[in-house]
Amino acid sequence: MNTLLTLAQTTGDIEGGLRAVGYGLAAVGPGVGIGYLVGNAVQAMARQPEAAPMVRTTMFLGIAFAEALALIGFVVTFL
Amino acid sequence: MLAEFEFPPISHLFVWPDIALKDTAFGINKVVLVIWLSSALTLLFFFAASARARKGSLVPSGVQNAAEAGYDLVEQSIAVEVMGHDGKKWAPFLSALFFWILFANLVGLVPIIQLPVASKIAIPMFLALLIWVLMIFMGFKSQGPKYFTNAIFPPGVPKALYILVTPIEFVSKFLVRPFSHMVRLFANLMAGHILLTTFALLTAALWLAKWNAVFLPLPLFMGIAMLGFELLVAVLQAYIFTILAAVYIGESLHPEH
Repeated sequence: MNTLLTLAQTTGDIEGGLRAVGYGLAAVGPGVGIGYLVGNAVQAMARQPEAAPMVRTTMFLGIAFAEALALIGFVVTFL
Repeated sequence: MLAEFEFPPISHLFVWPDIALKDTAFGINKVVLVIWLSSALTLLFFFAASARARKGSLVPSGVQNAAEAGYDLVEQSIAVEVMGHDGKKWAPFLSALFFWILFANLVGLVPIIQLPVASKIAIPMFLALLIWVLMIFMGFKSQGPKYFTNAIFPPGVPKALYILVTPIEFVSKFLVRPFSHMVRLFANLMAGHILLTTFALLTAALWLAKWNAVFLPLPLFMGIAMLGFELLVAVLQAYIFTILAAVYIGESLHPEH
């Protein structure tokens, strides 16, 4: 309990908390997107293993694009 | 209580004082040394790999096997897969890019050095700008002035929609693209560095703490697990940066259909 109290006092400034909430919000969309994307890629690779290299390359591309939003949110946290 | 635990300001993790040539534009600090080290490692790796072949021996062994497997990965699963037949010509450039980023990321995880240089924004910025300039240059070189009109007026779109499509295409192709290319590498490495620092500092603070030292194994093992995760990120980010470079350059070599 004491630790919690000190924690609450040291992180008292509300701006830092808002930044963390902002990053959390930014991470929701890409999280859902990447999960959906990789799930479907795994399904595609399981159905047609000979197409796996192509699917994997495209999957990484898609992940990179979806992830960019979360990363921008992360960087904005420190600005 | 964890009185000793105080997280330093973020700038303390990334800003380093100059060692030589102080207060000039060419000041040398830890970041520059790590860049030199990773460049030297890349050169050394490929010179060591090609040493036997230059002497006339045809059977690969040791380092040469590793280098050939790495080059093959870049050539087959990045260059040819993304750019088609032109890929073979671009494979040397892309593999230089891939191996430099890979070595820079891996060197950044070695204890004592522990500074991924890509977490300084100047380095990903330079690499992304290089790819951006190369993309535009190759576009004009292989398609002429039509490259620009093709890029912002994508064919097959109804005429009236160009009011909407053209600004979006321009912004996304020429402004957002290099920015997100840069941020992707930068933010991944910076997040990893902060994560490892957090667990290391927490471990140190718990080491000095009294009764709560029983919690010491938690951040300690989490830090070690995160180091393994950062190894994965180091390889994956080098791969993704190179594959996106290949996509951007490959797209400007051929007009869209």
